[in-house]
Amino acid sequence: MDLSFVILVEIFYAVASLALISAGLAVVFGMMKVINLAHGEFMMMGGYATITAVQLGVNVFVAMLIIAPLIVGLIGLVVERLVIRHLYGRLVDTMLATWGLSLFFIGMATMIFGNTTTSITTPITGFAVGDYQINGYNFFIFFVSAVLLISMYVLLKTTRLGLIARGTMQRSDIAAALGYSPDRIYMATFFCGSALSGLAGAVLAPLVGLVPTSGGAYIAKAFITVIAGGPSLIVGLISSSSLFGVVNQIFTFGISPVFGDVALLIAAVILLRLLPQGVTGKFFKGKM
Amino acid sequence: MAETVLETTGLTMRFGGVVATDNVNFSLKARELRCLIGPNGAGKSTFFKCITGLLTPSEGQVFMRNQETTGWHPHEVASLGVGIKTQVPNVMDGLTVVENIWMAARRFMPSKEASDKAQDVIERLALGSIAKAELGRLAHGERQRVELGLVVAADPWLVLLDEPAAGMTAGDVDRMSAIIDEMTRTAAVVIVEHDMQFIRSIASTVTVFHQGAILMEDHVDKVMADPIVRNVYLGKKA
Amino acid sequence: MSRSWGRQDAATIVAAIVLIWLMPLLISTYTLTVLVIYGMLALSLGLIWGFGGILCFGQAAFFGLGAYTYAIAAINVGESTLPMILAVFVPALFAALLGAMMFYGRLTDVYLGVITLVVTLILFKFVNSSAGPQYVIGEARLGGFNGIPGFHTLNIPGQPDEYIWGDALYYVCAVALLAVYFLVTWLLRSSFGRIAIGIRENETRVSLMGYDVRARKTILFAIGAAIAGLAGALFANWGEIVTPGLFSLGQSAEIIIWCIVGGLGTRLGPIIGAAGLAYLKFLLGQQSLIDNTLIMGIILVLFVLFLPKGIVPAVASLWKASFGRRSGRKSARRRHMRRVDSANG
Repeated sequence: MDLSFVILVEIFYAVASLALISAGLAVVFGMMKVINLAHGEFMMMGGYATITAVQLGVNVFVAMLIIAPLIVGLIGLVVERLVIRHLYGRLVDTMLATWGLSLFFIGMATMIFGNTTTSITTPITGFAVGDYQINGYNFFIFFVSAVLLISMYVLLKTTRLGLIARGTMQRSDIAAALGYSPDRIYMATFFCGSALSGLAGAVLAPLVGLVPTSGGAYIAKAFITVIAGGPSLIVGLISSSSLFGVVNQIFTFGISPVFGDVALLIAAVILLRLLPQGVTGKFFKGKM
Repeated sequence: MAETVLETTGLTMRFGGVVATDNVNFSLKARELRCLIGPNGAGKSTFFKCITGLLTPSEGQVFMRNQETTGWHPHEVASLGVGIKTQVPNVMDGLTVVENIWMAARRFMPSKEASDKAQDVIERLALGSIAKAELGRLAHGERQRVELGLVVAADPWLVLLDEPAAGMTAGDVDRMSAIIDEMTRTAAVVIVEHDMQFIRSIASTVTVFHQGAILMEDHVDKVMADPIVRNVYLGKKA
Repeated sequence: MSRSWGRQDAATIVAAIVLIWLMPLLISTYTLTVLVIYGMLALSLGLIWGFGGILCFGQAAFFGLGAYTYAIAAINVGESTLPMILAVFVPALFAALLGAMMFYGRLTDVYLGVITLVVTLILFKFVNSSAGPQYVIGEARLGGFNGIPGFHTLNIPGQPDEYIWGDALYYVCAVALLAVYFLVTWLLRSSFGRIAIGIRENETRVSLMGYDVRARKTILFAIGAAIAGLAGALFANWGEIVTPGLFSLGQSAEIIIWCIVGGLGTRLGPIIGAAGLAYLKFLLGQQSLIDNTLIMGIILVLFVLFLPKGIVPAVASLWKASFGRRSGRKSARRRHMRRVDSANG
């Protein structure tokens, strides 16, 4: 009984963290058809921004939820203006350029913070269920990613901005023809996407020791979650992170955490082979 | 009585709830020239794609020289000796005209012979002056002509052309008619076309598509005079 | 072009032999060996990406697989000839299966990238966590993140005690690279290679001509993997240890950077890119002011933005331009204009 509760919490946590990890990438890919391979490094920078802010005496929640997204969002803005903007419509080139950026940021972080593990303690204490210890912070992550998805949904569905965004997602050329400057939309999108990556990195930072190469652990998971989700932003994100989260946890408990990751990746390969358009390309057509 | 080289029975293609082609029975004899016409959305391009293997029909069968080819891949259909030209010019932009045509011929003969064949085709289609040019640098009409060269190089017995005259100048269209005329000496030709001028100039039997089905089938002059056809096609266009 | 083939080939061989002979005067053979191996690895991706249009984010997987296959087989066999052969065939077979899965499923571009990247990660994670005593193949322990040391290195075929190492290993690697280079050259001049280029240019057209694109891409992919596997086996012999790092994303990224910088669609470009950048990295490794990774990252971004065709094609067209007109000033202006062009494009 206790064990099944623990497993349930872990599964929810796995799903929530996958959605959180992937949100920033999904926004940028969904709106701009740009795969940002520096996404993992944006998360890593979110983590470092949080840790630095906390060390300077800022409240940890302020650091995670406000400072980190802002800083990483601004970095994203600079990156968009300097690099990405010249490469719109060239999918492979943007992937290569952002891969270059990812190496650049890894190098930068190594020079500033050194190649050692930095960490902060989780701000929420755990509690025991029977013989098992549950990390209370898991609930926080679940909460953050639920709020995030719901507010994204509300924003897209009810606001004027959301309407423009949805229009751009479907036909950016038509949106441009209607007088919405794609340049500004893309700029704003990349800022939001980067800020989301920063937020995810910040929120997850207390759970993992941070090194400059931490981003590598996220990018593949985020990448496959987004691609497997398919064209619908939110439904895709939820369905693919649920699927992969469950698979991951089953194998983690059944065999070992490494096999959990391997099973997740294999599931992604099989899924893409069967549904090359992603989950929402086949089902839930036309949803968001 | 000539042999039937292409036949479809009950060919139907659905996209979700939309029926793009509906129970089409079509047949074509050897060395026959046939134009498919119809208003936009009549289903002629979908029909074309089902025959060439670019789409797999929901129902019905396709036969080529009495062999069922339903659901075959385009490369398998082409391997039978079927020359295909798609609506959008499909050529290899980074390669020269000679290299393009050589590749088409190479599928059916050894490398050396393919080179000779390419020279032969270039002469026949009057492509000599641009033989060494990359396709990406050529004008639209020239690219269309090279693509016909790709079709000719394989010595096909069945040729399927989707809008070969689209976007061409009058001079290009005349040249195109001459090439198609030459093709019909050895092959049956199916042409999906909008340009009535062009269809008149090659004066063939016409199959009219309307709402996914065949409306009528007759010589071009009779079809043009037919009030129903005028109504669904020409009338709407004007 | 076809008339000058014979002469061009002879010139290449002469130039290569002179280079192989002279380079040890400038750089130690130990460093040169790894530059040559990286050149071969880059050529393997240059072949499938530059000429076949297959963007593989996981070429490191085949490199690592070759190295591990060699190490494991060498421990079990106790000599090097069979392991070398296996190190070529195992990655090729693996790539053929993976390629068949991808190409018969009509996956392209992004999806190809995702799957090759993910497969690399799977291999990395698996090998990295195989430290336990239960992970044994024959007598070889996989060793997890510690890698596999102490296997039998390259020997003269049939004489297990006559090791090839040091300077000799350099010459073997250099000749192997030359052989692979000519193999690739021959392949690209054959009908198979020319049709592969056609597939890169327009897949639909090639299949409408009656060629089975899926099978051809799978075969090309496997050939690329075989070359990468050979490079991996030579690398294992050079390093005398294999580690999971061979499979890492960083390694894959580097192979891609070599190809971009050197120039896609050329045979020489990837080799020059690999050797040049690896040597640059070696030199940079001796200073600690600026991080290595950072510089590699900047190089990749700058090349994608300003010189996406790479160095070799740019130099080649520059050469042609100045050769044709003999006016140095004109070619300088052309170079300037080309820069402006690529910056705008």
